Parts: sequence; C-alpha cells; structure tokens
Amino acid sequence: MDKKIKVLIAKPGLDGHDRGAKVVSRALRDAGMEVIYTGIRQTPEQIVATAVQEDVDSIGMSCLSGAHNKLFPKVVNLLKEKGAGDVLVFGGGIIPDEDIPGLKESGITEIFLPGASTEDTIEFIRNNVKQGV
Amino acid sequence: MEDLVDGLLSGKVRSLAKAITVIENDRPGKRELLKRVYPKTGNAYLLGITGPPGAGKSTLTDKVIANLRKQGKTVGVIAVDPSSPFSGGAILGDRIRMQQHALDEGVFIRSMATRSHLGGLAKNTVDVIHLLDAAGKDVIIVETVGVGQDEVDIVRIAQTTVVVMVPGLGDSVQIAKAGVMEIADVFAINKADRDGADKLFSEIRAMLDMVKGEIKPEVFRTVAVDDVGIEELVQGIFAHGARVEESGFIEDKRARKAESELRAYLVDNIMERSLGLHIYDDVVKRVAAKEITPMDGVEELFCKLGMEKGEN
Ligand SMILES: Nc1nc2c(ncn2[C@@H]2O[C@H](COP(=O)(O)OP(=O)(O)O)[C@@H](O)[C@H]2O)c(=O)[nH]1
Ligand SMILES: [Mg+2]
Repeated sequence: MDKKIKVLIAKPGLDGHDRGAKVVSRALRDAGMEVIYTGIRQTPEQIVATAVQEDVDSIGMSCLSGAHNKLFPKVVNLLKEKGAGDVLVFGGGIIPDEDIPGLKESGITEIFLPGASTEDTIEFIRNNVKQGV
Repeated sequence: MEDLVDGLLSGKVRSLAKAITVIENDRPGKRELLKRVYPKTGNAYLLGITGPPGAGKSTLTDKVIANLRKQGKTVGVIAVDPSSPFSGGAILGDRIRMQQHALDEGVFIRSMATRSHLGGLAKNTVDVIHLLDAAGKDVIIVETVGVGQDEVDIVRIAQTTVVVMVPGLGDSVQIAKAGVMEIADVFAINKADRDGADKLFSEIRAMLDMVKGEIKPEVFRTVAVDDVGIEELVQGIFAHGARVEESGFIEDKRARKAESELRAYLVDNIMERSLGLHIYDDVVKRVAAKEITPMDGVEELFCKLGMEKGEN
C-alpha cells in the first residue's frame, strides 16, 4: 500500500512572510501529501519537537530573514540528537548562492530559490523521502 | 515492535509517534501493538471538542491545555482535519494555535487527516487514543469538525464532549444540525466578544429545556483568543464527568462508549474484509452489467464471509 507522505512546512526566524510557505503547502496537498503547517516565527527546537511528534518524513523550511545559515543547520543537528536524523530536510527563501554549499554540507538536502516551481519540490520529496518502516 | 511498545510505555516521545504511524498506515504489527497496549489503557480522561470550522476549537484547545498543565495534568491531543477529496492530501493547521506547548514534555499533539476510507477514521482515532492513554496522558483531547457518522462515533467515545458554537452562524440551525443536541455534554459559546452571544445563549437554553435527558448540559461563554472563560469551562467539563459518575448513568455511558467503539471497528472490518475477497471485482462487474442488484452483490460477499443472510 502506498503510504501517505507527511511533510512539516515550517517558518523559522523572525520574518512574518508566510505567503511562500502557504503556496508550497497547498501544492503539496494537491499532490496528495499531508502537510503540517505550524505558522510563523518557529524556533528550531519547536520545529524539531513538532516533527518528532508528528513523525513526518520531511521538513521544508522557508526563511527570509537572512538567518538561514544558523537556523537550518540547527534543525538538522537537533533532529539527529532526537534520533530523527532520517527526516529529509529542504529549505527555501532568499538565500545567496554562496551559502548553498555550506547548507548542503550541513545536511540540508536541497535548497529551492524563489522562482523554483512547486513541481520541482514535489518531485524532490517523492524521490528522496525514505519510505518504509 | 517490542522496542516501540516498551518505549511508548516508558514515555518515549519518538516511540509513541512511530507507534501512531503504524496505526495510521495500517502497518504490519498493528494488531500485536494494540494487544500489548490495550491492557495499559483506561486511565485517561477523554475529552471531545467539536464544532464548525473556524469556531475556535483549536484556540480553545490551546487554552484548555494550558489550564490542565497548570493543574499538573499531562495532555495528549489528536487534531483531526479533513483530507482533500480531490487529491487525498491535506493541510493540517490546528497546531498553529497550539505551538506554545511544542516544547512541553507533558503535551503530545498529533494531527490526523480524515483520509478517505469509510469508517477508518473512527477506528484509527480510537486506536491512537489507546496509545496516548497507555503512554500515560492524563487527559486526551480530540478536536474534530464533527460532521458525519465517523466523527460522531469518535465524539460518543469521549467522557465529555464540548460542542463549540459561535454567534452569528445561523444560530438555531447550527444547534439543530447534526444531532448536536444529542452529542453535547457541555456547550461553549466561543467568540463571546461578538454580538449575538446572549441570543445564542438563550436559544441553546430554550432548546435544552425541550429535550428530556439524564443530565442537562451546561452552557459556557468563552473568548478563547483572550483566555476568557476557560477556567469555568474546564471546571464544567470535569463537573460533567463527576455528575455522570455519580448519577448511575455511568453504566449507560459506558455501554454507549463500548458500543461506539465496537461499531467503529465493525464498519471498518466488514468493509476491509469484503473488499479483500477475490470475488469482489467480479461482483462489481456483475452489478455494473445489471446482472445482479447491489443488494444481491452484498449478500454474495457476506455469504462468502460466512455471514448469515439478512432478514430483508
Ligand atoms: N473574536 C474572536 N476570535 C476568535 C476567538 N477564538 C478564536 N478566534 C479566531 O477564530 C479563528 C479560527 O480559530 P481556530 O481555533 O483555528 O478555529 P477552529 O477551526 O474551530 O479550530 C482564528 O483566527 C482565531 O484567532 C474568540 O473567542 N473571539
Ligand atoms: Mg482547528
């Protein structure tokens, strides 16, 4: 049986712009996924606690405040600490090109820049989440 | 599976979360899991919160959690939201209102989509309630929109069900609809900061005067966003539980609860087993070709399952 993919869409950081996050959430829903949306201004700790309770397959984070270099890797590290290192993490938002290699290095599997199509995101999740136990 | 059960019983969050996924996705080992967990259940107070979309159920749940935490009680929450009938996906947004509790170890919140299967929601929810109960949560809150038999079945299982209403939504219609009167143990008129709260209050009271019943539901006014009226509501909830306990109607309530639980499984099991029969596709074809009526088709399936022929 096909298992439903569960994705947490989270907005870490202090910026209050969640239009992008909402667009992605709707696109994922329309692609048949179950999306947990937690609203703006979430700390990495809150994001990870939520991901663990909801047992999501993937976390997508959008950050426009410029704090991505600090916040995204923090989420990955906390996930590992909680034994949930298998959760697929991706990011989006306004992220300078030169930051991308470092983010990927730290365990963010993919970064979607503004203008990336939601289809790409859907493809990416489908191809990369660990299905199974 | 052993690890999962041990982890869950010893309060490990990740084990509990994984176990819930086993239930939700009908994974192998589900029956075994429930068998091990079931003997440890029966200690939690089960609270249903239901009402139309946008009434403030999640906001109210958030404030009720805070109140219960102040009393030192641990809380489990199951927040049910509808799946899209088109894609089968869902956006589960109830947590937005409850994120202040995200880091509290005494609170476990899980979002569930209704998904599409018939009857399955109620059954899955009951199973998840058992897991939260076995994991030692003192109070378990189930938030649902409360439409459809499935959700009514869930609500029936609760010790106390709070029906949330808001002024100005075509009031008496709301009340009469969906057998709300029948399932409500306590009413919360939320958004009482708005015009029409008094009118709604008297309408509910008038309606309650007409129904005969064991115990009359109390009606409370709340402004969930401003944390107004929550203390009284929570007291009213437990007062209801206590009254049921004292009244001798507890046996009725227990029987009703057991029956609802049984029914939730029944519907789902019959459906699952029937769909799993190898003659199923053939029966569908013959009904489509009008060789047999749907009713005859069902009889054939039931016959195959070894069930006795119905009266009609
Ligand atoms: N004015 C007012 N708004 C409220 C109150 N309670 C909740 N809301 C708002 O109503 C909207 C829906 O609330 P939510 O809890 O998500 O409703 P649910 O769909 O029933 O879970 C949100 O914007 C809340 O801020 C209240 O008591 N008064
Ligand atoms: Mg809600």
